[in-house]
Amino acid sequence: MLAVPLILAGCQGPLSTLSPAGPIAQDIAWLLWAMLAGAAALTLLVLVLVAAGFGPPRDVPETRWTFGLGVAFSLVVLTATLAAALWVGERILPHGPALEVRAHARQWSWTFTYPGPDGPVQAEGILHIPAGQPVDVLITAEDVIHSFWVPQFGGKMDAIPGRQNRLRIEVAQPGTYEGLCAEFCGLEHATMRFQVIAHDPADWPPPRVGEARL
Amino acid sequence: MTARDAVAAGAPAPENPPRRALALHRELDRVWRNDPGLWGQVTSLSHSTLGLRFMGTAFVFFGIGGLLAMLIRSQLATPDGAFLDTALYNQIFTMHGSIMMFLFAIPLLEGLAMYLLPKMLGTRDLAFPRLSAFGYWCYLLGGTILIIALLAGVAPGEGWFMYTPLSGRTYSPGVNADVWLLGVTFVEISALSAAIELMVSILRLRAPGMKLTQMPLFAWYMLGTAAMMLAGFPPLILGSVLLEMERAFGWPFFDPARGGDPLLWQHLFWLFGHPEVYIIFLPAAGVLSTVIPVLCRTRIVGYGAVVAAILGMVFLSFGLWVHHMFTVGIPHLALAFFSAASMLVAVPTAVQIFAWIGTMWRGRPELKMPMWYVLGFFLTFVMGGLTGVMLAVVPFNWQAHDTAFVTAHLHYVLIGGFVFPMMAGVTWWMPMMSGRRRIRGLGEAAFWLVLIGFHGTFFIMHLTGLMGMPRRVPTYPDNPEWVWLNLTSSFFSFVMTIGFALFLMDIVLQALLGKRSPRNPWRAPTLDWALAVPPPTYNFASLPGAALQAAGAIEAMLPLARGEGFLPGAPRGRREILVTSVGTARPEHVAVLPFNSALPFVLALAICGFVLLMLAGFYEIAVLALIPVVGLIWMWVRRAPAGNDREEIDVAAGLRLPTRPRSGTTLTLSGLQCLLFADGTFFASLLFGLAYLSLVSPGAPMPAWPPDARILAAGAAAVLALLATGAVCTQRALSRSEAGGRPSASLIAAATLVFVALLALVSQAIWQLPDPTRHAGDAVRAAIIAYVGLHVAVSAVFGAYALDQARRGEPPPCRSGALRSWRLWHGYTLAVAALGMAGIWAQAAAA
Repeated sequence: MLAVPLILAGCQGPLSTLSPAGPIAQDIAWLLWAMLAGAAALTLLVLVLVAAGFGPPRDVPETRWTFGLGVAFSLVVLTATLAAALWVGERILPHGPALEVRAHARQWSWTFTYPGPDGPVQAEGILHIPAGQPVDVLITAEDVIHSFWVPQFGGKMDAIPGRQNRLRIEVAQPGTYEGLCAEFCGLEHATMRFQVIAHDPADWPPPRVGEARL
Repeated sequence: MTARDAVAAGAPAPENPPRRALALHRELDRVWRNDPGLWGQVTSLSHSTLGLRFMGTAFVFFGIGGLLAMLIRSQLATPDGAFLDTALYNQIFTMHGSIMMFLFAIPLLEGLAMYLLPKMLGTRDLAFPRLSAFGYWCYLLGGTILIIALLAGVAPGEGWFMYTPLSGRTYSPGVNADVWLLGVTFVEISALSAAIELMVSILRLRAPGMKLTQMPLFAWYMLGTAAMMLAGFPPLILGSVLLEMERAFGWPFFDPARGGDPLLWQHLFWLFGHPEVYIIFLPAAGVLSTVIPVLCRTRIVGYGAVVAAILGMVFLSFGLWVHHMFTVGIPHLALAFFSAASMLVAVPTAVQIFAWIGTMWRGRPELKMPMWYVLGFFLTFVMGGLTGVMLAVVPFNWQAHDTAFVTAHLHYVLIGGFVFPMMAGVTWWMPMMSGRRRIRGLGEAAFWLVLIGFHGTFFIMHLTGLMGMPRRVPTYPDNPEWVWLNLTSSFFSFVMTIGFALFLMDIVLQALLGKRSPRNPWRAPTLDWALAVPPPTYNFASLPGAALQAAGAIEAMLPLARGEGFLPGAPRGRREILVTSVGTARPEHVAVLPFNSALPFVLALAICGFVLLMLAGFYEIAVLALIPVVGLIWMWVRRAPAGNDREEIDVAAGLRLPTRPRSGTTLTLSGLQCLLFADGTFFASLLFGLAYLSLVSPGAPMPAWPPDARILAAGAAAVLALLATGAVCTQRALSRSEAGGRPSASLIAAATLVFVALLALVSQAIWQLPDPTRHAGDAVRAAIIAYVGLHVAVSAVFGAYALDQARRGEPPPCRSGALRSWRLWHGYTLAVAALGMAGIWAQAAAA
């Protein structure tokens, strides 16, 4: 148990959900830690009960075990979990206006479209966004199903041919972040990585650096 | 009938006089044993032989799947693994998942249930012995096709979930995806046949007086499992058929460019895929509910609550498939609904867990070998279940989905919730199956190696996933932070493998070298232990009545062997079992089961020929290959054993039963009802596809289909009218036949009407329907017509069979069985024809 914080210190990484870089990822991370703690406590409870079962035979009130522990207790735990899930879920949904960028996936690369100084700019494998404000990614696919995921920003969303999905992301600090395709998409799935560069709002939109103008 | 009712009321069984057990044994064994030699293995219909063979084969596939897992872990041990190339790696993880699901888990639980249920329920075999054998051969041949494809380097590499469009012809041009679709569907025949078999056996073959509400919990679990298999597998089979039609003939069900929708595949797949998890878990939980009380020397806590929990799981598990699709962009309200449903399924699980722990509290647990595996189950499964609840939380799911966290979770659930209980079960029943005792030491070593290896591999994998490692990647050169995690997992995975190898070695050594086991070494109360070990070919020399059931295995053993129960011996030289009523197990009639036969093997070979021709792309010849299949099924029915119509058998003192029920439901009819239930789920899934493509899917709009509405309506009305008149005629033929008359005129009329209906339907389809490759809407319409056409065609074959029967002059009502089956089938056909045409009309009207 003492080793846990030490291990967690090594949990930082460019793709780690445990080092969130924005409010959405932060919310989910808190939810994760709370659920992990609860799960650990429940596991411990069950194991203690199992161990105590090895004692001498006892009189067992059946409904207390099946209904009390089985139904009532589990429903209380699940209701609390569901409430937390809905609360966080509501917070991370795309509510209100946001800057829109596009992510178009194909085997095995990404094309991003984002606002430039004079109209939309397209770039291969690099998405530019402003830091400190919500951004909606409109996700589409050319051929097969892919999935857009920047772990430090928050959840993932599939890119499905014939559909357009919307994912809200937000990053607090300017910097370069890593993203990847999370849905298995064939031979070069593992190499389908991309970068997201978050800019200081003062420098937004970013100057064009040799990208094709749309 | 008073004796029958007395049995149902639980009065002491009307006993037969005791006889010499050895003479009885010889008489029965001569009738029930397998033919000698290797050919005897081919023709065997014995549920014990087939159950053991299912399990043995499943363990062989488990070994193969395990080796593939080792290759995966070797590849991932280092970030730049050059051990496998990417294409091969994709094939290997696809096959690992597919083998473990379809060729290991499902067949293992089928085998265990087939082996145990007749023994637990106090009967001599399953309801349809030839079907058990047929299922086994389909499983073996289908599995062999998949393994040969793997060795030949053309195994599927699209993931065990085969998501379209990746698995479509454009992006997977090779035969690989066809191998999965056809091979797995071939194997699923065995799952469906086992489900029908088990369901009918549990409902109709229980020993007299064993009420549904009193049967062993394992039977309840298998009843739930069988029901789920009947409802769960059809959507997968439908999906596979549709995808194969898209690949083979260009019907664009899933192609977004032509109005199809890749998400339809996901819905169909997970409509199967999630219940699948509970199909795997329930039998394992059945083992736990059987083993734990005996090892604690007490009764289970809350029998009724556990039964309720089983039923709850069966229903709930069909309401949460969407939690595999939380990231596909579905409406938020649906997300909330499926999130809540996914959590709710934890309640019946919790009820069972606490019932088991309560049982341990009430009794005095003995730490014998199976109990160690039970403890392994508790430790592992509880953690897996809790991460499952975490994954039902949508925001967290969005982060964890498709990462190693899910890999860890699913292995905790499947190894914790299936493999550990099954190891407990195998250890538990090995003395019965092999007749030998365990060799000390090996099992303990295997347990600790598996436990340590498992948690060493997968506990840390949760963290790997949280640190962002996606599933199904062969290399990770840019992420040094994942290296130590993966290396640790890989190391411990080898420890686990050594443990599993030791476990399998333990079984083999026990079977070969173990000391003779005494009867009922665990002093268990269930009837499966009221037998010699290993059990005789016929299980029970006489079938236990209520009194002997209540006495428990130890007390009942001798009276049963001496023929004091129902239906002792085999005095008529036939394989006879007792058929009882569904609720109270009131004896209804004596059923005669078939003798050893190679027909199941030959039929499976014929279907294998069809599958191979489809794989090779010889579609026209493949259709011809269906002719021998139909011919063999015809022979199958012709050769079904039948009792003499006027015969009544002394089952017990004061209880005579007929060998053919005059009015009640025969086993065949029960089986057909189960088949039609599965068939109905298949059709409902097809209609779901129609509705989904028409209403939900954003694909290209349907091109115009300007049919001549009058001709179309007239045609549809004509087909329906012909079918309906045919139904009336079958009904008339049946009434005449049951009244003792000759039904020839009505029979000829009915068969002719069905045949004309088929011609009308086919000609309509050819002249009126637009090209199915044009748009998904056209394709699904054509699929519905094809489905209806197939059913009308089968009904026509039924008609031909009934006519042939009349021609042969078999005296009615002895053979009214075929007529009754035909009436049922034809009624179903009429219903699906009407529903299908209504669906198509609605689709055309909406467009």
